[in-house]
Amino acid sequence: MNALSDRSRDIGPFVEKEGDDLLVCRCEEITKGEIRKAVHDGMWTITEIRRYLRAGMGLCQGQTCSKLVKGIVARELGISPAELEPATSRAPMRPIEMRVFAEESKEDHDEN
Amino acid sequence: MKTNAEVIIIGGGIIGCATAYYLAKRGAEVIVLECSDNIGNGGSSRNGGGVRQSGRDVRELPLVMYGIKHLWPGLSEELGVDCEYRQEGNLRLGKNEKHAQILQKLADNARKAGLDVRMIDGDEVRSINPYLSDEVTVASWCPTDGHANPLTTTLGYYKAARNLGVSFITGERVTALRTVGGRIRQVITEDTVYEGESVLVAAGLDSRPILDSVGIDIPMTKSLLECLVTEAEPQMFGQMLGTADADFYGHQTKHGSFVFGGSSGLERYNKDNGTPVTSSKTAPCICRGIIKYFPDLAKAKIVRTWAGFMDASSDGVPSIGKVDEIPGLYVACAFHGHGFGIAPGAAHQLAQLITTGSTDVDLQDLRYDRYKAVN
Repeated sequence: MNALSDRSRDIGPFVEKEGDDLLVCRCEEITKGEIRKAVHDGMWTITEIRRYLRAGMGLCQGQTCSKLVKGIVARELGISPAELEPATSRAPMRPIEMRVFAEESKEDHDEN
Repeated sequence: MKTNAEVIIIGGGIIGCATAYYLAKRGAEVIVLECSDNIGNGGSSRNGGGVRQSGRDVRELPLVMYGIKHLWPGLSEELGVDCEYRQEGNLRLGKNEKHAQILQKLADNARKAGLDVRMIDGDEVRSINPYLSDEVTVASWCPTDGHANPLTTTLGYYKAARNLGVSFITGERVTALRTVGGRIRQVITEDTVYEGESVLVAAGLDSRPILDSVGIDIPMTKSLLECLVTEAEPQMFGQMLGTADADFYGHQTKHGSFVFGGSSGLERYNKDNGTPVTSSKTAPCICRGIIKYFPDLAKAKIVRTWAGFMDASSDGVPSIGKVDEIPGLYVACAFHGHGFGIAPGAAHQLAQLITTGSTDVDLQDLRYDRYKAVN
């Protein structure tokens, strides 16, 4: 049990604010407003936000936006960003072609 | 924090969230207890997204057919979340005579249960999906199968249930159940005792030790599966795909990425430390398989891999229904790695069972006490 365990805690209604149209996750084009709205839909962890909106699931896998997303979610919940666990980092570190991953051919830039 | 309700559900995966939603729609007061900090953190968010009837054991077919007929088509609208449900058929692919025999048997059994599934040859396969290589010589084709997004569907049920007043408590691990006067009554966690008139155990693998506390044993074991996802590609095809050997499955999502799952055969021996982790061998193995089926995807980039545990049932199908020995106790577990597509049907019927005592679909073949010694 922690500060986020009781999902019925009242965090107030969603109110539109200036800056809601700012793009936060550039890979998947998710705005600040969409992230704030998702918190009010019950998505209280970074993992849930990610799965619900795809924020941090694009090409860079959240390497650019994860800190920003954390700040927005924490503010909406009235807690410190330190109380939010980051999403799990997953292999591979950088996008990699199937044929390379499959070890069936070496990366050959001449073909591209 | 509320600790009393008509129904306590143990497990905040898609079964728990969806059953809570259908119960709340029927006016019941519900508490859902989830041991993880995240809703839907087990198989519900780690599966390949199949909403499939073909290839299933006939014992669970009526339940999944019920869901595909009555629930899946309107689900996005009902939950107010895009579940990305797409019903464009399932191709189960084969490359040789042995595969053809496996597929034929599955198709014959499914047809007897009233499902439209038929065998087609390699040319017809490529008329449905022109990207498949010539290695594919046979397939079963079920036009009413499809796929959906497990992440938004699971969280969609959670959101909709929460909006109907269901209490969700995360990070709350159940240690035992307790009966009072022969009926189920208490659900015990580390710091709290919850009380309900009915209790549903839908906690995946963790269901076994929880049920054990009241003397009920459902044989199941942990089995690791791995998936991978590519970057977004232009839309190529809409079918769900599987193989006769069940070694490979996948689809292209609405987002454009391809989600594929498979195995290297080494999963049982991974060093997992209790959490589902990917190995360095499996994703490359899945890639080798995909490239043989889909040469055009050789240059698609993998952006992420992940793993999950399935709650493998000893006979391949789940245990769903009421526990006769303990009035008020219900189970829904051991979905054996294919619990996503069947979840709306199972949850809808469980909610009906808990509130009215009867179901539209006969659950007799999925009884929790059907497991018998081999001789």
